[in-house]
Amino acid sequence: MKVVKKSPWILHYDGSSCNGCDIEVLACLTPLYDVERFGIINTGNPKHADILLITGSVNEQNIPVVKQLYEQMAEPKVVVAVGICANSGGIFAECYNVVGGVDKVLPVDVYVPGCAARPEAIIDGVVKGLTILEEKQKVARKKN
Amino acid sequence: MIILITIGIIILAPLAGGLMTGIDRVISARLQGRQGPPVLQPFYDVLKLIGKESTEVNSMHRFFVYISLIFVVFTTVILVSGGDVLLAVFALTLGSIFFVLGGYASNSPYSTIGSERELLQIMAYEPMVLLSCIGLYYAQKSFFISDIIAASKPAIIYLPGVFIGLVFILAFKLRKSPFDLSMSHHGHQEIVKGITTEYSGRDLAVIEVTHWYEVIITLALVYIFFATKDPISHVFAVLVCILVYFLEILIDNTFARLKWQQAFISAWVVTGVLGTINLVVLSYFR
Repeated sequence: MKVVKKSPWILHYDGSSCNGCDIEVLACLTPLYDVERFGIINTGNPKHADILLITGSVNEQNIPVVKQLYEQMAEPKVVVAVGICANSGGIFAECYNVVGGVDKVLPVDVYVPGCAARPEAIIDGVVKGLTILEEKQKVARKKN
Repeated sequence: MIILITIGIIILAPLAGGLMTGIDRVISARLQGRQGPPVLQPFYDVLKLIGKESTEVNSMHRFFVYISLIFVVFTTVILVSGGDVLLAVFALTLGSIFFVLGGYASNSPYSTIGSERELLQIMAYEPMVLLSCIGLYYAQKSFFISDIIAASKPAIIYLPGVFIGLVFILAFKLRKSPFDLSMSHHGHQEIVKGITTEYSGRDLAVIEVTHWYEVIITLALVYIFFATKDPISHVFAVLVCILVYFLEILIDNTFARLKWQQAFISAWVVTGVLGTINLVVLSYFR
């Protein structure tokens, strides 16, 4: 079943980003990049989403929020960490409140580097995530 | 034979409806200066949703959506097979009400707001739909669509006001701006996702398929106004359906969402003025 690759719905969550990456994520929706070409929709509802796009590092306060968003998403699901802060904590890694990259809390599938990550890189990361999404669905089917 | 026709309608109506929705998304994207998704995108979405896990809030939550689908399918079969237009409209209302109940059943604040707005929308558009049925009866002396579309003169000659009123309220039914305050195709991060908020996987797919049926129902209502016993009029009716659908897409992309008070009052004013005057004039001359 390849349809899962043709209609990825995205949930975008801002961890403790400086908003640089968030603006680039939203830039993907503009006519210049138009991610709806690939059937990508920015949903804003974890129950509808297939891909969790997290920008910014995870801090002590948003750990439960990130975990809850992930748990509310229906299987199969993929986590994409966008920007260097989401990958490793970036320049905020040494801050007293910052835990580090998203992978400290959630199983991250795709790392998109950059500060800020360019829209092309974000789209590329999501497309890489789609292959993982398809594999996860195959595994889920075998279990059933 | 009846069973075959029924099965045909049940299978073909959502295919046509899904295709219309896909074309809608492409045209909307082009109007916004984007390339837009493939035409078959709605089908990809639904097939994907069927393959996904469905999280269940409670058992009734899911039940209402399926009941809603059944009533909407029933409406489609009646309308397309030329049955009683009044029965079809009542079954459609029942389908909408079950959908609203599904929103309430989840106990989520977003769903509840969506349900309340959906109820308001039903209140706003329902009088006009009923007036259309009454008008069709006045004009063609029958509630049966098979009789209405076999008349010598199209209903639009008698009911221009009712038709304009119907096109006006179709924006509610097609979930288009400026009347998309309960559930919109755009605004994915907004409260307008309403009733669908707590649905996922297969249940969300059912909601989407229900909407495809509703697209066909609304266009069938437009069709009735133009079709006569003359075969060429049926081609003309299809063209008018396409034109009305394009008009709704254009309005959707050029208008902002109205507040519920404005949506409600404007719908009732249009119903009261165009619908009622049309019926009064018609009853005076016939």
